[in-house]
Amino acid sequence: MRFGVVQFPGTCDDRDALLACRQAGEAELLWHGDADLRGVDAVVIPGGFSYGDYLRVGAIARFSPVMEAVTAFARAGGPVLGICNGFQVLCEAGLLPGALLPNLERRFICRQLAIEVVDAGTPWTCALAEGQVLSIPAKHTTGRWYAPPELLGDVRVVFRYARDANPNGSTDAVAGVASAAGNVVGLMPHPEHAIDALRGSVDGLGVFASAAAVPAGA
Amino acid sequence: MAEPDGRACVRARVLIRPKAGILDPQGVAVEQALPALGFTGVSDVRIGRLIELELDDPAQLEAMCERLLANPLIEDYEIVGR
Repeated sequence: MRFGVVQFPGTCDDRDALLACRQAGEAELLWHGDADLRGVDAVVIPGGFSYGDYLRVGAIARFSPVMEAVTAFARAGGPVLGICNGFQVLCEAGLLPGALLPNLERRFICRQLAIEVVDAGTPWTCALAEGQVLSIPAKHTTGRWYAPPELLGDVRVVFRYARDANPNGSTDAVAGVASAAGNVVGLMPHPEHAIDALRGSVDGLGVFASAAAVPAGA
Repeated sequence: MAEPDGRACVRARVLIRPKAGILDPQGVAVEQALPALGFTGVSDVRIGRLIELELDDPAQLEAMCERLLANPLIEDYEIVGR
């Protein structure tokens, strides 16, 4: 299993994402200026501030050369995971439903959160159980997931903030969603920061282990 | 207006607003700050963006707004002063 971790100017969680992927397989960086995924089996778009978050979060990154390749890969069924800024980029690219808005309470959120797995039918959650609650940190200012009411019924929710803790005002306490086919998943909390007991939780490992458990080409 | 090389050049402004019904925390913060300065009777403060640009072909502006300058899911845009 070979993961590719996308690096934009302003990405800051690429190293942690590489470390997390390497718990489940091999991993390498993919540069934003190359429309080439180097034959990887899965793509992770990590957190940070791609292109300075100018204009809107993710708005400029979505038009980078690597995103052309990621879009083709996703449309062909390849597993793609967007974490935090990566989630924002995938929403802007139209690969995931909705958009991310500034947190309702106007504060930067940086804390450990309880996240419930709602859909274990995606390549990023298939090693987890529905109803399982993960302890994963979140750190964001623009994490309020929003979809207009007329779209909401069709959205495939994958993660929800558990225990009535909706830290940012997301619609229906949604923490992560998938594409209709399930192969593209995005979430605001950071599973790649929860892979070592030294940092308080290893609950993020299951996300990367899930992708590794999917047979290549499946 | 013309560039030194003779090309026509148009100045345009695009106003971008949060869509109606979407809560705007920046607007709320400003609305709550104004009474502290003695400005009362202010409501429904909404904060958006102003984009000013010069361009050769104003016919492209609509497409620019749809594809990049605004996210139609959460924002409305208005082209003014071109």
